[in-house]
Formats: sequence, structure tokens, C-alpha cells
Amino acid sequence: MEQLVKKYAGKLISAGLAENPLVCGLDDEVVWNRPDDDIPILEQVLGGMNINSLICVEPAEPYLTIFRFLTSRYPETITPGDCETRTFLHDVPVIRDFASASILTHLRERKSVVVASDNNIRLITFGGVSPEQAFVSLSSVCFSAFVLFFADYLADCRQGTITKEQQRAFDKAVAELEPPHRTTPVLATGPFNSEQQVYQAIIEAGRFTVDYGLVDSYFGNISYRISQTIYISQTGSSLDALVGCIDPCPMDDSSCAGITASSELVAHDEIYKNTDNRAILHGHPKFAVILSMDCSDFDCINRGQCHIKCTGKRLIKDIPIVPGEVGTGPTGLCHTLPPAIQNKRGVIVWGHGLFTVARKDFNEAFKHLLEIENMCREEYFARARRC
Amino acid sequence: MLTSPNGWTGKILHIDLDTASIDALRPETEVYHKYIGGKGLAGYYLRPKVTLSWNHPRMPLLIFTGPLVGTAAPTSGRSTIMSRSPLTGTIADTSVGGRIGFQLKRAGWDGIVITGQSETPCGIEIDDDKVRIVDAGELWGKDTATVFSLLADGGRSVATIGPAAENGVCFAAVMVDKHHVAGRTGIGLCFAAKKLKYLSVQGSSKVRIHDRKKLYAAREEILRLTAASPILMGQHGFSCFGTGSIYDLMDSRRMMPTDNFRKTHFDRASELNAHAYKKRYDPGKHGCMGCHIRCKKIGRSAGYVGSSMPEFETMSHFTALIDNTDMDLVMQANTLCNHYGMDTISAAATLACYKEISGTKDLSGRLIPLLEEIGQGSTELGRQLGKGSFHYASSHNQQTASMSVKGLELPAYDPRGAYGMSLAYALATRGGCHLRAYPVSHEILRKPVATDRFTFSGKARIIKIAEDQNAIVDSLTACKFIFLGAGLEEYAGAFSAVTGVAATAQDLLKVGERIYYLERLMNSLNGFEAKDDDLPGRFFTEAGTSGNGIEVRPLDREAFLEARSRYYRIRGLDEDGRATKEKSKELGLAWNNS
Repeated sequence: MEQLVKKYAGKLISAGLAENPLVCGLDDEVVWNRPDDDIPILEQVLGGMNINSLICVEPAEPYLTIFRFLTSRYPETITPGDCETRTFLHDVPVIRDFASASILTHLRERKSVVVASDNNIRLITFGGVSPEQAFVSLSSVCFSAFVLFFADYLADCRQGTITKEQQRAFDKAVAELEPPHRTTPVLATGPFNSEQQVYQAIIEAGRFTVDYGLVDSYFGNISYRISQTIYISQTGSSLDALVGCIDPCPMDDSSCAGITASSELVAHDEIYKNTDNRAILHGHPKFAVILSMDCSDFDCINRGQCHIKCTGKRLIKDIPIVPGEVGTGPTGLCHTLPPAIQNKRGVIVWGHGLFTVARKDFNEAFKHLLEIENMCREEYFARARRC
Repeated sequence: MLTSPNGWTGKILHIDLDTASIDALRPETEVYHKYIGGKGLAGYYLRPKVTLSWNHPRMPLLIFTGPLVGTAAPTSGRSTIMSRSPLTGTIADTSVGGRIGFQLKRAGWDGIVITGQSETPCGIEIDDDKVRIVDAGELWGKDTATVFSLLADGGRSVATIGPAAENGVCFAAVMVDKHHVAGRTGIGLCFAAKKLKYLSVQGSSKVRIHDRKKLYAAREEILRLTAASPILMGQHGFSCFGTGSIYDLMDSRRMMPTDNFRKTHFDRASELNAHAYKKRYDPGKHGCMGCHIRCKKIGRSAGYVGSSMPEFETMSHFTALIDNTDMDLVMQANTLCNHYGMDTISAAATLACYKEISGTKDLSGRLIPLLEEIGQGSTELGRQLGKGSFHYASSHNQQTASMSVKGLELPAYDPRGAYGMSLAYALATRGGCHLRAYPVSHEILRKPVATDRFTFSGKARIIKIAEDQNAIVDSLTACKFIFLGAGLEEYAGAFSAVTGVAATAQDLLKVGERIYYLERLMNSLNGFEAKDDDLPGRFFTEAGTSGNGIEVRPLDREAFLEARSRYYRIRGLDEDGRATKEKSKELGLAWNNS
């Protein structure tokens, strides 16, 4: 347990989510990654729930600025509209007191709670199986808040309702953003013909996708096709740690071994069946997601259900935006993504993420992912300036 | 009496077969809130009589629905059948699908408590509040297929035993609506002990819902998470291939029990997987009431039209465990077990035990005749095997060949390949059961997140939390499989919307803890303790079949025992695994049987 606690404390730091996280794990005894004055209250929370791990952090910038603003704008509940929130988080409650009773009230219902007391921000999440669960929730909360903050700003720009406080927060958050990567890494050159080559290429491309900030580590997926087999990252795997987490899935209906494969296997399968691509890379680059949610048609009858009902033929330059939910349901992206990606380098799924394809290897797919995200980032600020 | 009957009906049917009397029990609101329904409420009614022998006339036989049954909450058509096990002596509960819970609820009953013993074979027929105990003399001895053909009528639900129960098979099952099995722990024999051949139910009322809008919102969240689950709804998942879709995975992970758990890899597995069954038998989808996943598969090819396809456990144990490579033979064995009313896991595992002890090289030619001998009790060997593997092995002074815990044969996940599973098997209140904690979800299927399957670190608490969760799932009642996608957070929303009782996921987990602790308490009263919370010695001394870069070592006994001790502390048991007065009081459970 000690090892796991240290591992996820380290991951929170390396992912830029927190500088000094507090992480605990509980089997029959509780283990913390470090001492802290917050621990007595957090142990009361731990004692009041049937869980085995807890994370409490002050978020690193720009998330700190973002949460300070969002908790003032949404004093009770933050409800981002992106896919991660809709599917997993539902919403993020906000409280004012760092007190076990109020934390428990909300954490018993939701996967996370934001404590905004004075100028302090604490994000608290938990797991019932592993600290990994608490890490994934925390990462998702930060991603969703980022998307909401920048999406709100653009929408408010369009409506002319930006407040001074919002502008100050925006300027500060923007100043804290990492500059965009302008060069791509040199990845293994394909086409690949052996399993060993594919595994190495997938592991390498996955790691760079996380390193470049194009996906939070437990989201996204990646695959490569050789002949009648799709090699794809497993469901819930971390793209920066794919060793042992890649499933070979035969396309000839001979095995169900791919049951642990990514929930987007069906979409990958359809893309491979209908195009001559060999590689697919799916990340959640933030500005692609934010821009996919930016729409000036405020009177649209599908407003509020854009993620499943948007019928507009929307593009960001050459990149289509399609609706679709995770997985294989009737409104799943497996129905919208594969037809849209034909003859395209990438497609953005509304409020969710970006899929890119390549015919040879991940160099091209990665390049598309980065270029499209950078293009979306530039377009975002261009639109903000135009308002 | 229940003050606000949303979700629940507030009435429990009590039938005494000694006196043929029928009356309605009306539990207080507090009882519903403390035990919810399903296995929780059934356990509440079992508790006062649990120290009686399984076939004592006053030992109750309990069939309970939950508050979500008959509502729009997904997968909530299930129910629980409970009593004391003739196979293990532990509490015996089994969650079953089909329509029985749905019809019972619509008939206006939250559950049935059956006491006494009929002098002659009987059936119970329920049409709303009209309840009849009828003569079933002509059906006694008939197989389940015959009973269904005679009694099944439209939406009416029928639960019946077959000849196996009547002939004293300790792992006899109850078959529900032809395709659904209340399989484990010999619950069918509890029916036979009361001379109860069948239960037939039809109802016409609708379940009252507190807040329909909130229920549909919770339903949407659950459906969205289900759709996002590759295991449930993916192209290789349960919806497409049934539970058999994990057959390949278990073998590739080197944890397919083979040759009575002497190996963990079956060379011929790739020829006998779910795809192979799909090609040969062209199965169609079928599901329990209220389920959109529809993981049950029904054959459509010539010779197998309408036959239930084997579930994963059956596929695995009737091939790898007994070294059989004939798929048709698996189909026949599955059909025969269903017709006789026998648990396929215990049946196959008992035959594997017999194969090892007898030194039989090839069982395939004897498989069907042996199952018939067991089901009919027609030979001494059949009658011996019908007592289960532990009894059979003990009678040959070779207990180590019975791969069971507390006498219940182990399912098709080798615990050397998933250490949480080893704890789950050892600690399960009904014996060697995979479903109490189902650690396969995180150790193999990566849900909600992946854990290291080759470590005991952290597993004691994980098992405890999962047991609490599954106890509440079986009480709501819903299907445990949907929790590979959705969570208790979403189901708490559904529960509150249906009943009007404000409850969070953590509140429900607390109720689950009470329900599960009550089971430990009942087992403690019957003398179960740490020595019973153990695995067959083979797992600690013999390695599994390594390969694919996976090394399958024997379990470290010391590490296992340390993890078990941690579990006892976390669960609030004494160091010998027995329930304590203090913890019982904390959970609001009566310590004295008054």
C-alpha cells in the first residue's frame, strides 16, 4: 500500500495537477505519503466512509486559478458539460468549510468535492479499490474544470458578459499555461509487421501523448492494425504505462480475448475496416475539446444535448466535429466517428476528444494530434479576440 | 407497518405448509430500511431459525424481491432464494434472474416466507393476492422441462425443482422460467425438503414510484455507463457472447482451472471459446426481466433450438476441469443439469474430483451417464457423488481432491492467478463463491480500475468493501454484472427515486455491511470459524501452469493468512473469524436470538 500511495503522489506531481499532494491508502492500517496538518480531519472522513484511499490536494496552476474562479461563480456545484463529467463525475460539489462533516455529506454522494475556504482550494477524491481510482477522479475533475473555465469564457465573450473578475482569472490562467509544443518526437518508423514492434511503438507513442499533455494519463486510447489483428490499449489503461496493457484483438471472430480492450474498440474496428489506416491515436487535448463545445447558435433546439444530437456539419478548418458518447450505445461515437474520419486526418468528438489516423505509423498520427490541438488553441484565442 | 410504500409493497407472504395456512406479514418501516430487500430481508427472516438443521420443518425457505424490482431501474428483475445449505451447512442464498421477482412484486408481495413441510408433493400458485397450495403429485419426478411445458403460461413465472432435488442431490438447483438457475448451495434440496415442487406467480399491480423523473435520470446515467463498458456492451462482451466471453481471457491469463485445478492452462481452449459456440449453435439473446444487456444466450441451431447456452463456469468446468474437448458434450451436460435441476459448477467439479480419485483418464464417455446417475440417484456411485465433492473425497479419505471451500465447489477462476480471489473464496459466507466480492472485476477485467493480481497488498479491505457492495446489490435487487459499468452512486439515485428514502452510495454500503455481517453472525452461530475460511492445500503447494510471460506460483500461505487476519480486523470479527457482540451492536444486529 505504501508503494501505491507514493506512486500516485508522484503521478499527481508529474501530471502537473498538484505540487504537494496528500495521498493515503487503507488496508487494516492507514498509510499517508507524508505528514500534514490536514490529516486528522481527513482521517475522520476516512472513518466515515467505506473506502480504501483518499487524495487531498491544493491544485497546481493554472488549476488553482481556475478553481478559485469557478467556486466563486458556481458556489454550490460545478457542472461541466464535457464527456468525462457527463459519464463519470456527474457534477462537482463545492463546500466552504474544511470540516469532516461537510466533506462527508458530499463525498458520500459524488466522486469528488472542492473545498473553497478563504483563498484556499482543496480538491478531495477517494477510491474504493485503489488510490488509482482517486487519482483518476482528481485528474478528471481538473480536466473538466479547465474545459468549463475556457468554454465559459468564450461563450461569455460571445454574449458580451465577461466580468472583470473573470478577465483577471482568465489572464492569469492563460499566463500559467505551458507553451504549446512545436516539434514532434521521432517515433518508431513503420509499417510494423511483428507483435514486438507494435507493442514497442504503441508504448512509445502512448508515453509521448501523455508527456505532451495531449491526454490525461488514464484516458484516451491507441491502436495499430497488422493484417487481421488490432492491437489496442486496454480499458482504463494509462497511456504512459502501457507495458502489459495492450490486447491483440482478432478481426476474424475467433476470440473474445479483447474483452478488456478499450471501450472504443468498436470504433477503431470500423475505421480499420473502412479505411487503409494502420494507426489510430485518441487523446483528450484540451483546446480541441473546448472548441468542439463552442457554438454560436444559442437558440438551437438541441442546445444542452449537443453531445448526442448535434446535427450541424461543424468543422474546425478541415477537422469535423461529431456528436457521440463513449462506447457502443445507440448514441455511441462508434456510429458517428468512423464515417466522419474517412479521408480525414482526424475527427473531434464533441466535448470528448480527438481521434487521429495514419497509414504507416504513429509519427503521422501523433503529428496530426499535436497540429490539430495547436490549431484549436490558436483558433480559440483568435475567436476570443474577435468577440 | 411500512409507512410509505413506494418501491416496496409492505407485505410479505407467509405460507405454512404444515397447516396449509396463508397470511401476510407487514414489517415495520425500520426493517425495510435496515435490510432493504432481496438477500437482506431474507437474511433477516432466516436469522431466528438459522441454527436449525437445513431440513427441519421450521427452517424457512425464503424468496425475496427488492425495492427496485418491477421499476425502470436497469437489471432490477432479480430476486433471492435463501435458506440453510444442505451442502455446506452455511447460510445459503442465491440470486436468480428470469421473471420470478418481477411477477412476485406485481402480485403485491415483497417476499415469501415458507415454513413447515407438506406431507405430499405440492405447488404454490400465486395470482395477486390469491394464493393456493395445490397438489403436485403428478409432477413429482418430472424433469424441469416437462414442468415448464405444463405450467408456463404467458408472462407467468415458474420456479421448479427437478428430479435431482427429489433424489437428495446436495447441489440441487431451482430452475426459473426455463433458462435461469438458482444454482449454488443446494437450494433446490430445500424445496424438496418441504415437498415443494414448484412456485408459480403472476401479478397485475404496478410498483409505486416516489419520483419518476429522478428515476429516469438515474436510469440514463446507468445506461450511459453500461454503454461505455466494453465488458458488458463491447463487441466481445457479455451482451454479444454471454458470460462465456471471458473464457479466452481466463486461459490467456493462465487461471483457467484445468484437470481438477492441477493446471491453470487448457491447451484446447481456443477451440472451445464463445466464438466457437456462436458459430456452431447460433445463439440468440435472452435476458432477465428489466435487463438491456441480455447476457443469456439461447441456441437456435438444429438440435439445440431453445436450449440454454452454457454460462462461462459451465463452459470452463465441463471442458478444462475434466479434460473434455467435445463442445456438444458440454451442451448435453448443461441441458441435462438444467433438466434434472443441478448446479453445473458443483456437478462438474464433483466429477473432476471423482476423476482424480478414481484415476479415470478419459471421462468424456462416462460424463452423461454419470450425470444421469447423480440426478436420478440410480446407483450407489451416483448417490455418493450427489453429496458433493467434499463428501465424496472424504468418504475416500482423500479430502485434498475436493476443490471446495466449506464444501462448496470452486468456480472457474484459479486463485493462484488472482490473490484477491483466493481471499474472496476463503471468506465467502456461502463457501467457495466468486460472486460475493468478484475481485475478477479489478484483478482481471480492470474495473473500476486495475489492481495487481499477484499481491495481497490492500486486498483485505477491497474484498470487504466489495462484499458490502454486492450484499446491497443483491438486496436492491440488481445484477452484479452491471457494476462492471455503473456504480453504487448511480444506483443510490435510483433507490432514492423509487422509494423516497434519501440514501447515498455510502449509506447503502453501510446497509450492505450490516447484511453481510449478519451472514457471518449466522455462520458463527453454526460453528464456522477461521479453519473454515481456508482454501484447499493444493493452492499453497503446487504451482499453476506458467507461460505467456506469466509465472503462476503457489500461494504464499503466510501472506494469505496475514491478509485473512487483516480482513478479520477490518470486518470487525474476532481473531478466529467469528462475529462479535460489539460489532453486531454497532451495526444494529441482535446478538441474542430473541
